[in-house]
Amino acid sequence: MNADLKAPQSRSVLKLAAAAAPILLALILVPSFVGTYQLQLLTYGLISAIAALGFNLLLGYTGLLSFGHSAYFGFGAYAVAFVVQYLGPRSMELYILIGIPSVAMMSALLGYICVRHTRIFFGILTLALSQVLYSLALKLYWETGGSDGLRVPRPALLLGLLSFSGPRGFQQFIPSYYYYVLAVFVMCVIIMWVIVHSPFGKTLQAIRDNEVRARFLGIRIRRFRWIAFLVSGTFTGLAGILWVPLNGLTTPDVLYWTFSGEIVFMALLGGFRNFTGPIVGGIVFTYLKTYAVATTEYWQLLLGVVLVTLVLVLPTGIVGAISKVGQRLTRGKS
Amino acid sequence: MAILTIQILNSLLYASVLFLIAAGLSLIFGVMRIVNLAHGSLYAVGAYVTAWLVGRGIAMGVPLRWLFLVLPVGALAVALIGIIIEPLLLRPFYRRAEEYQLLVTFGLLLILEDLIRLVWGGTPLSADTLMDALPIMHIGGLFYPAYNVVVIGIGLVAAVVLWAVIYHTRFGVMLRATSQDRRMASALGLNVGLVYVLAFSIGCFMAGLGGAIVVPTQAAVLGMGVDALVVAFVVVVIGGLGSLKGALIGALVVSFVRTAGIQFFPELELAVLYLIAALVLLVRPTGLFGTA
Repeated sequence: MNADLKAPQSRSVLKLAAAAAPILLALILVPSFVGTYQLQLLTYGLISAIAALGFNLLLGYTGLLSFGHSAYFGFGAYAVAFVVQYLGPRSMELYILIGIPSVAMMSALLGYICVRHTRIFFGILTLALSQVLYSLALKLYWETGGSDGLRVPRPALLLGLLSFSGPRGFQQFIPSYYYYVLAVFVMCVIIMWVIVHSPFGKTLQAIRDNEVRARFLGIRIRRFRWIAFLVSGTFTGLAGILWVPLNGLTTPDVLYWTFSGEIVFMALLGGFRNFTGPIVGGIVFTYLKTYAVATTEYWQLLLGVVLVTLVLVLPTGIVGAISKVGQRLTRGKS
Repeated sequence: MAILTIQILNSLLYASVLFLIAAGLSLIFGVMRIVNLAHGSLYAVGAYVTAWLVGRGIAMGVPLRWLFLVLPVGALAVALIGIIIEPLLLRPFYRRAEEYQLLVTFGLLLILEDLIRLVWGGTPLSADTLMDALPIMHIGGLFYPAYNVVVIGIGLVAAVVLWAVIYHTRFGVMLRATSQDRRMASALGLNVGLVYVLAFSIGCFMAGLGGAIVVPTQAAVLGMGVDALVVAFVVVVIGGLGSLKGALIGALVVSFVRTAGIQFFPELELAVLYLIAALVLLVRPTGLFGTA
């Protein structure tokens, strides 16, 4: 009985692994084909994917649209910058080890306040609270450097086994850091996949689909939303932690609410009703923005037009559209 | 004492501009249930159009007092944009989840911000000739531009007119009926589509007017709309989304807190505003005067 119930899920795990393996292999092989710049761009893409993946636990699986996820991304980045400033050692593991609990605490605190509301008020509340962090980062300049931000030098990876100094430090740093981020990314995807398919994840989806029914089943809705918020904020914060050594600098811009809008954009671009949607969206958005910025001074205009068209024509995002086409093709065959 | 008077006048000046923006935002939400993230950018468009027209007027040698007619023209231009945007971009979304409505207005914000840069460039546009055209008042030995008092007056008049339109005209009844129950209003024979267009363009008009009257006191700069939007959010959250009275009280609270903040705790001035908003949302989710 039990085995029967589990069979379809384990089969879907196998299917997923079979689909993911070639992609993972391709990602592992990428550094031998492309230059430093492309690799750096792809690293940014993977980091954005982690942020969007975390964000989507709230939007796609819990049904809460946060317009303040820049707060956790930015808080992660600033946490790392403070570690550099006050503790000194330049070790990526230390950044993550200190960064994750700080981000988790911040998302637990803000989430506790935000989950008291849903729908539009949830969105505004998350936005208002993220703006508190933004204005603090901007105004408390003697701690945060104000609009100049804080510098974060290249850290050593793997407990100091790999350190990057000297004239060619940057060229050596990027490939190593790419693999580092890729490893963290894969871990994040697996953890998120487990969360989403666990009873906890199913409960979140039940709350999303029908709050009243879920409450009748005896589910403590607010607590589940709070935990989802905490996990979501922590994932996005981890993205911020990974982002800052690559960028070398953190400024209040990553806390500003329009950056939250970009995270929402990523999830929508890939399709927030899919597990893989935000991952694809994060990577595609990074390329889209980079090329838009490179080709035209008016890149915001381009992004805005893409966003509006996307919402009008492709509301299920890239992955949603592809899977729809795929379904139609397989149905046509049979 | 004179300083206090001037600080109060400054707060009222800021409050009347904020009220114009927030009341438009609130009206649009009240009737259409859409949180218009592009509202701040519409305010910025109003400011830019006015400043540009003033600049053109001066170049063509138009007498100064005629230039004051440019203020309503700037606001009307924004209302016109509203009339175009609503049926084209917003109408397809009323039946869809509100995430999409937020996103489409966010896309609109990105577009408008860059269109402003495309049309008027990155340098600030100033229209301070209008402010200089009016005399300087003396308040207890200190100087104060009379134009600021005019702005306060315009804000006051706008509040009264809006209140009269919503609560004492036939059109106001239609607005309120549509906001309470769209389908019932439609079943009773109201042209809901028309009401939506009008409500949206009135909201845009108010934002544009806010921009038009503020631009002689401070130049139109890039990013002014995005900043204004967040403060307008604080106003409507404090007062209650969809409430006219709430927008007025919220604007007063925000502007006095901000003036006091700049005076006494400049570092935390913005943070305190957002904290007040968060606090109100916690205690009274619908704001002080909200019903929804």
